[in-house]
Amino acid sequence: MTTAIELAAAIKRGERSAVSVAEEAFAAISARDGEIHAFLSLGQDHAMEAAARVDAAVAQGAPLGPLAGVPVALKDNMCTKGWETTCASKILEGWKPPYDGTVVERLHAAGAIVVGKTNLDEFAMGSSTENSAFGPTRNPHDLTKVPGGSSGGSAAAVAAGFVPLSFGSDTGGSIRLPAAYCGTVGLKPSYGFISRYGLVAFASSLDQIGPFTTTVADAALSMEVVAGYDPKDATSINEAMPDFTGALSKGVEGLKVGVCADLLDGAAPDVARRVAEAAAVLEAAGATLVEVAVPELKLGLSAYYLLAPAEASSNLARYDGVRFGLREERDDVVAMNTATRTAGFGAEVKRRIMLGTYALSAGYYDAYYGKAQKTRTLILHALDRAYESVDVLLGATTPTTAFGFGDKVADPMSMYLSDLFTIPSNLAGHPAISVPFGTGDDAMPIGVQVLAPGKRDDLCLQVAAVLEAGAPR
Amino acid sequence: MSMEGYETVIGLEVHCELKTASKLFCGCRNAFGDAPNTNVCPVCLGLPGSLPVLNRHAVELAIRIGLALNCAVKPSNFHRKNYFYPDMPKDYQISQYDEPLNEGGSLELPDGTVIGITRAHMEEDTGKSTHLGSSGRIHGAENSLIDYNRSGVPLVEIVSEPDMRSGVQARAYAAELRAILMAVGATDGRLEEGSMRIDANVSVRKPGKPFGTRCEIKNLNSLRSLQRAIEYEAQRQVNLLEAGERIAQETRHWDEAAGRTGTMRSKEEAYDYRYFPEPDLVPLVPEEDWLAEIAASMPALPKQRRQNLLDLCGADDQATKDLVATVVDRDLDPLVIEATLAGAPAALALARAANELDATAGLPSGPSFARTVALEASGTLSATQAKAVLGVLATRPTDDPEAVAKELGFEQLSDDTLLTTIAAVLEANPEEWARYRDGDDKLAQFFIGKVMAATKGKANGKAVVAELVARRG
Ligand SMILES: [Zn+2]
Repeated sequence: MTTAIELAAAIKRGERSAVSVAEEAFAAISARDGEIHAFLSLGQDHAMEAAARVDAAVAQGAPLGPLAGVPVALKDNMCTKGWETTCASKILEGWKPPYDGTVVERLHAAGAIVVGKTNLDEFAMGSSTENSAFGPTRNPHDLTKVPGGSSGGSAAAVAAGFVPLSFGSDTGGSIRLPAAYCGTVGLKPSYGFISRYGLVAFASSLDQIGPFTTTVADAALSMEVVAGYDPKDATSINEAMPDFTGALSKGVEGLKVGVCADLLDGAAPDVARRVAEAAAVLEAAGATLVEVAVPELKLGLSAYYLLAPAEASSNLARYDGVRFGLREERDDVVAMNTATRTAGFGAEVKRRIMLGTYALSAGYYDAYYGKAQKTRTLILHALDRAYESVDVLLGATTPTTAFGFGDKVADPMSMYLSDLFTIPSNLAGHPAISVPFGTGDDAMPIGVQVLAPGKRDDLCLQVAAVLEAGAPR
Repeated sequence: MSMEGYETVIGLEVHCELKTASKLFCGCRNAFGDAPNTNVCPVCLGLPGSLPVLNRHAVELAIRIGLALNCAVKPSNFHRKNYFYPDMPKDYQISQYDEPLNEGGSLELPDGTVIGITRAHMEEDTGKSTHLGSSGRIHGAENSLIDYNRSGVPLVEIVSEPDMRSGVQARAYAAELRAILMAVGATDGRLEEGSMRIDANVSVRKPGKPFGTRCEIKNLNSLRSLQRAIEYEAQRQVNLLEAGERIAQETRHWDEAAGRTGTMRSKEEAYDYRYFPEPDLVPLVPEEDWLAEIAASMPALPKQRRQNLLDLCGADDQATKDLVATVVDRDLDPLVIEATLAGAPAALALARAANELDATAGLPSGPSFARTVALEASGTLSATQAKAVLGVLATRPTDDPEAVAKELGFEQLSDDTLLTTIAAVLEANPEEWARYRDGDDKLAQFFIGKVMAATKGKANGKAVVAELVARRG
């Protein structure tokens, strides 16, 4: 597998043509995506034209963007101008946004070649990609296993070697969890580092776009390209970004790493073993290990499953059949709204809309939404306290390796528990990365997770680079 | 049945469209009357993935309103008000809820009555529906067309305390509020275009008793409708109480043609808006120096401007007050002040401004208006001539009034011609002359009319009267 950095360099030197790279990507996809189903749609014509433009620029010696000629896949909840954006929902089937999201614009400007839009749990609600209205994605390491979710298609596209780089969104773990299950690097950046303009909202205060890559260095490079202030997103952070790539070579000498039992509690023994090995790798590289207890993190799951549905119930109100997407014609507008939403949304989306509507209702607001907000603050403060004594926290990304299809569909609670270790970073708005670190007893990939304080995505990358180097082969 | 023994209690909610160049959360043009759905973008159409960004100029106008109404301007927050309605693209309205920008103010009516202001908060307007079908309302419509040009137009909602006690007083409040909103540059005040929309909360009670059950009358779009609707509604409620019935709390609409209110929806049908903090926006905290800058740039308000004119005229009789109110309402006070400073009599300048000037036809320049009034005051121009000159200046505002007078053939009448004409008029009307001599002063007007007719309006009325008085001896 060639990395994004290697590909960009080879194209720049003229050793590879962008067209041949794109052709290879589409050939790989057509050979194997029938069984994996990472993609919902492909943009071959536009991609080949863009690749030809890169080759022309190389021939002319024109300046090239840092991702010139690199094939990229985008989760199908990121708006692409004139290109169907479905959120894996029947309600948006056929909808073509009239605009590109900010991340898409920045990728185009960097010379990246967008080859396709990837599968997800409908509206990013799920942990297995089984909730896609257009059929599940399969884990490239074992087709009987889920790739994780909700960004399962983006994780599988990188794990299958279709593209070296893809983007997903992470609301409660939707990048890190599939990255762990599929054996890729997955970064959830600090809230506000990457513009959400053009990302179809699930839970606005938690959603964050981030990359899937095969190496930590590629994750750093993609942050250089897409992170940074965007005046179109009022929650975007208007500050200089840290040096993402510079962080890769710093090592962990002198760094205090908090080994957090609360990010391991309930993890399967093979997962826990890998986290212990990861800690040992960091210690051997000069880091100091500190046992840290942050018991408040356990409260995150309950708070998340009130806050995220509450915001979703409002964000998803606009799918009413009036202006775009599916419309079930009826005699009056209320009947039309109801029929459209009944037909257009899947079971999990409906479940969360109902949960969220209930949590915000008069008489229940304080007990549910209000209390969940207080819990969120509590977790943020608990993490702040933890970071007074350590630089980063280390834990598992997921309690287990990838599970089988249908294993958790009948029991939403067991599915929700998959997000236990990833949710705190979303609630706090902090960065976290999942790095592949060996396999489990079932030979499926395991990811370890590095959490850092807000706006310290560079610290995540710095530690992840050392783990990557020391990971079991 | 009369209102005898009952007191009407009224509180008003006034929605004011802010006169900004662009909308509240996007860059689209804020304009009335453009072709439908031409001033729209992903944000104000509520397309998936779009995000709001707050318009700073709208905030400044909202702060001006708060300061003009003596409110405390505070750090505030936006909330989402969730309900399904086809002309509201996101199916929620971004509004301010428990943390409004302006709180706790007052408005003084021209008669000195002080009405409390609860709050003046910011929110976005909805689109506009046109229902095709017999009723003109959404129920029973065959087709509905929606124009989203108005979607996202900035509004400030000004909520009064229930301090008004009659339709006339409510009308005076709305008129004064409109004058204030126009004076601070927040709106053009065009009720018929929906720039100001008024909802009235009306209840009745026996004086000294607790408030009665209130009904809200929606969308009153003229001062006259406001007064009529309140008077009708109060009477309706009294009739119910006198008949031993209860008043149901409900929302009612005003039927202008039928002259009555009717039920729109009852309390049981009231929405649960599920307010929660808008996660796509950050708290609105106006900086101290910005607030100070806005406060320093506040224009004189109507009340102060009226007092200034009364002081200038040295009068406070009702007739002068009415002229002053008219002049200030039409923003003509600067012309009156300039003329007075240039030496023209204030009372005459006031009368001419109130009765002869019309901004829609065109206004004379300050010096031309001042000079015309001065020419009339000195007797060089008669009242009729001065009015004619002002008529010409409407379209040629900076022309020299004396040149205009000459052009109109208004050479000054020589004393000889005047005396000869008066003599001829008296000779032709001996009976009237005799009665006048016997003390019937009213006939002076008759002789002025005759002399004016004979001189084609060139005579000075005052000079005619002086001559009559002299001849009467
Ligand atoms: Zn717009």
